[in-house]
Order: sequence, then structure tokens, then C-alpha cells
Amino acid sequence: MSLLRIRNLSVDFATASGKFRAVDSVDQDVDTGEILAIVGESGSGKSVSMLALMGLLPWTATVTADELTFDGHDLLTMDKRARRKIVGNDLAMIFQEPMSSLNPCFPVGWQIKESLRFHLGMNRAERHKRAIELFEQVGIPDPEKRLSVFPHQMSGGMNQRVMIAMAIACKPKLLIADEPTTALDVTIQAQILDLLTSLRDETGMGLVLITHDMGVVAETAERVSVQYAGQKIEEQQVLPLFRSPHHPYTAALLDALPERATEKRLPTIPGVVPGQFDRPAGCLFSPRCKFANDKCRAENPPPLGEDLGKARCFYPLNTDERVAS
Amino acid sequence: MTAPVMTADALQRHYQVGGGFLRKTQTLKAVAGLDFELHPGKTLAVVGESGCGKSTLARMVTMIEEPTSGSLTLDGKPVRPEDWADLRQHVQIVFQDPYGSLNPRQQIGTILQEPLVINRKDMSKKEREEKAREMLRLVGLRPEHYDRYPHMFSGGQRQRIAVARALMLDPKVLVLDEPVSALDLSIQSAILNLLVDLQEKMDLAYLFISHDLSVVRHVADDVIVMYLGRAVEKGPKDEVFDNPRHPYTAALLSATPRADPEGGKERIKLQGELPSPLAIPEGCPFAPRCWKVQDVCRKERPPLEGAPHPAACYFPVDE
Repeated sequence: MSLLRIRNLSVDFATASGKFRAVDSVDQDVDTGEILAIVGESGSGKSVSMLALMGLLPWTATVTADELTFDGHDLLTMDKRARRKIVGNDLAMIFQEPMSSLNPCFPVGWQIKESLRFHLGMNRAERHKRAIELFEQVGIPDPEKRLSVFPHQMSGGMNQRVMIAMAIACKPKLLIADEPTTALDVTIQAQILDLLTSLRDETGMGLVLITHDMGVVAETAERVSVQYAGQKIEEQQVLPLFRSPHHPYTAALLDALPERATEKRLPTIPGVVPGQFDRPAGCLFSPRCKFANDKCRAENPPPLGEDLGKARCFYPLNTDERVAS
Repeated sequence: MTAPVMTADALQRHYQVGGGFLRKTQTLKAVAGLDFELHPGKTLAVVGESGCGKSTLARMVTMIEEPTSGSLTLDGKPVRPEDWADLRQHVQIVFQDPYGSLNPRQQIGTILQEPLVINRKDMSKKEREEKAREMLRLVGLRPEHYDRYPHMFSGGQRQRIAVARALMLDPKVLVLDEPVSALDLSIQSAILNLLVDLQEKMDLAYLFISHDLSVVRHVADDVIVMYLGRAVEKGPKDEVFDNPRHPYTAALLSATPRADPEGGKERIKLQGELPSPLAIPEGCPFAPRCWKVQDVCRKERPPLEGAPHPAACYFPVDE
């Protein structure tokens, strides 16, 4: 059985101008020890679906799902207090902006020890010892001294390491990293991604990497789920996804990468991601898709089979490959 | 090759920071000696991590700030602060954040006309409007967008408006400060295409500032790699990307994730982080993080020289 199992998850936000569906019937499985990447552009609902899982959405959000189980616990029916015991303990998350996720008023050591006290009930000496261990594990030089330092006295890369140390403090079974390197420089990004991968290797936790950077996906992930306008439109192992994407959106996104360009003009995707008021009736990508026909514009395509990457498309690409192999 | 439209010679910009009661001010060398030339129809890209002085450079080139020392020429004439008001017309800038750089209370037409109202006092209202509408078409927006407000546009469209505004005065140099880093991938490619088209049409010189090497590789003709206020390597794009000579360039290239899961590669792992710009090490600024470092690197600063393209390193990677 998989570690995390999500079936038909939808999230609606109540806004002043009506209901807005940010996540639209998403299914997702994560196994122990695997790295799953969720990619998508802004507004694709990639962060919201994971925040819903963590129970971190504001009251304006309505979360519905057929199934939401983590490690045998049913998160849908569980009461808040019991859920709080799991979140931060077995289920941890790190965020994009390390600077604004840490409390500026307390030393980082205090913040990391707080979770050790709350979840693991360690005494002062144990907490101190474990905090130093954690700082060493995430590669913070001179850990003993750094414990008493405030977030503003460290660089973004170091703060992100503190965030990671905090997230893995209770040895989580699943770590969700929401754009963990977007605010960092590339040389630091490489360090952080290496760190996350090596932590996965050491501890065997599952890792969900939310990102918009195809390069990060290609180098780090094992399985990739592509989201568009709240829907999961395709899911494949990383190699076949880059080699033969089935959904036209995935294919167009990969073509638009400057590094794949063969000439000065890049292939583009016309139009923009649909918003609250211009959600198309049929396939959400149909207004921008070059293969779309009347059927696409009228009906919402259901996900296809496993062999076609569960692509939500009536006319998936690269289908002959399956016949050939 | 045509004559350069802009040249910079040993450009420096220092800031005085800190200071206070019984405390000395410190000098922060944001840009410490930079030479380059911008040619019409060509793109010079400046790459580097945060704190390397990219944006300070943009501020000097656009004459927002005066260089501490060194000289800048535009069309062969020296750029002096007393001529700034006139010369600024020829150098325009597009900023990273398309949400923050447009006035939310102005209609697009007003935004586009503003540079003309200020700088082309002899133009009639009708001429201004014509020119604004023409520019709107040129950047791929529709005529009905003329009367709308910035909040009605998406990020990509706003960036088009920012480009249109920058081009209203027919500048010779366009400074692009991370023009696509705030945009989604599917929008990014459209803006890059637009920039390529406009450059061809108007023979613009671009100073393209970015930290994204895959974008730079696509748009640039020449590249300068900066580290802590200095150029550590410069040269034609293909040479720099295919045969990096400075270890920092090599590390930067290898750290950039490639969207190709099959291209397995050895990654150069850099130890440590950028030193504080207030305490730039003596000798080579990259020495504390470099894996090829030797004693001489810590003592003397390597000059930017060598063939096939200059790099500031005593022990270049390719040798």
C-alpha cells in the first residue's frame, strides 16, 4: 500500500466573486522512498493540493475528497488534534521562502528545538544534542554556534538548510518540498537538491517536490505529475515523460524550454492559463491546444490508462511508442 | 563589425554603508572595474548570482546612478551627469517585476505616452496617441487594450507593455533586468521571441541581465560572467558555454539543472557560499570556494586575460 493516497481531491475557494476551483479531482499516490515531482505553472494548484493535505488552508477553502490517507490514517475523518500530531511529525513540509518561513524573533536553534519538544517530548539536553546532530546532517558548518543565531544573520541557503533540518527533525515519513530552491542561486540550489536526495537515501522517506523548473525535475525526480489549471493532466516516470510526453500541454511545455530550442524563435503556447471566469467547458487546455477540436471544447476528457500516463486527453501524443515497445 | 553604441571602461560603483556613532563606514564595492561594449543588433548578457553587481550595473548604464569611477560613452560621446537628462532617452530599461513596474492608476495608453509627454514636447496629442497605438501593435497587444488598466492583464502581457513603454522613445540601448524570471515557462518563450523580433526590427543593443543560464544561452551573443562585482570571464556565448575557462563559470554551468534526465553528468560541487561583499577576500574573490586554488590565488588578484577569451584565473579549467 502506498504511503500517501489521494483520490478525487478538489479544493474550492470562496471568493468575493464566487467559487473558484483551485484543485480539480486530483488523484495522487506517493510511495515510501520515492521522489515525486509535481510540476505546473503558477495557478495550476500544485501547492494548494499539498497544503490541503497538510490542513494548512484558510477557512475560505473547502476541501473534498473520496480518499485522503496517509500511512494508514484517514485524514478526512480525523479530528484536528489527532491530525496535528501527524503534521510536522510524520508529515513535514518546507516552503519556498526560507526567510519568511522562519520566525525572525527567535534564534534558529530555539525554533528547531520547539518541534523536538512538542512532538518527541525530549528534555533540554537531548534537544540540544539532537539539534546539533540535525545541523550537521544538513551540512551547516559550526552547528553549535549557529544554534544561537537569528534568521537574518544567515544567508538564504543556510536558512533553507535550517528549514530542512526542522522538517526532518522528527524523521518524517513524507517530506513535501514546495519550491525549495526557487529563491536561491543555482550553485546553492544544487547543494540543496543534493541534500534532499541524500536525506531520502539515508532515511527512506518519501519526497514530494513541487516545482515549476523542468531542469530540477529532470535531475531530481523519479516520477513526475504534471498539473494544469488545477487538474493533473499527466503522470509518468521521469525518463519517458521527457522522451515521449502524452499530453499536448506537457509536450508544448517541454518544447518551450530555451535549452531545447533549435532556432532563434522558440515554440510558444498561445493564450494564458484560464482563470476564475474564463474556465473552458471541455478540456481545460483546449483553448491553447493546437490539436483541439469540437469534442475537446465540449467534453472534459477523463484520465487515460496507466500506459498513456493517465493523460487527460482525447488525442494523446506518442501513442505508437507503446505499440513498438 | 559596427561601431559600439555604448562602451564602458573600468566602471566602478562603491557604496558607503554602516557607520554611526563611533563606527566607521565601510566601502562596499558593488561593481569593481568592468569593461564592455554594446553593439547595435547584438545582445550582451551579464550573468551571476545574487550580489554580484548585476543590478548596480544596470543602474549605472541607465544613468540612475553615477559611477564612482570609470567612464561610460554613448555613441562615442562621454556620459556626464549634466547630460543625463538628454542621454537617458537613448537608454531604456525593462524591469523584472511586471506587477510593480506599471502604475495601477494609469491606462495603458497613458503609460505609453508618458515618455513622449516628458521628452517630446513638440509632439501633438494625436501624434503621441498614434505612436502609442503603433507600439501596442508592435509588441503583440490588441488595439482595445489601449484604454485598459494594468490589473486587467496577465504577467506576460504586462511585460509586453513594459517593453512597449521602454521603446516609445526609440532608444538605442535596452537594458533588460531579468525580464523573464517572473514569468511562467509558457509565457517566457513568447516574450523572448518578442525581444528577438524587436531587436531585428529596430537594431537595438541589448544588455541582458539574468541568472538563468539556459535563457542567456538562447538569447546572448556575448556573455560576461560576474562574481562579487568583477567580471571573471567574458567572451562570445558559444565559447564561454562550451569551453568555460574560469572555474566559477564551469561550476555555474554544471549547477544549472538541464531538462534532460538522460544526460547524466558529473556535477561540480561548490563548497561554501558567496562571501559578504563587504569582506571580499584578497587575491582571487573565488579562491575560498575554488577546488583548483593554490597559494598564489589567495595573494594576488588574477587579471582578466588570456586566449581564446579572457578569464580572471591563474589556472583556467581548460589547461
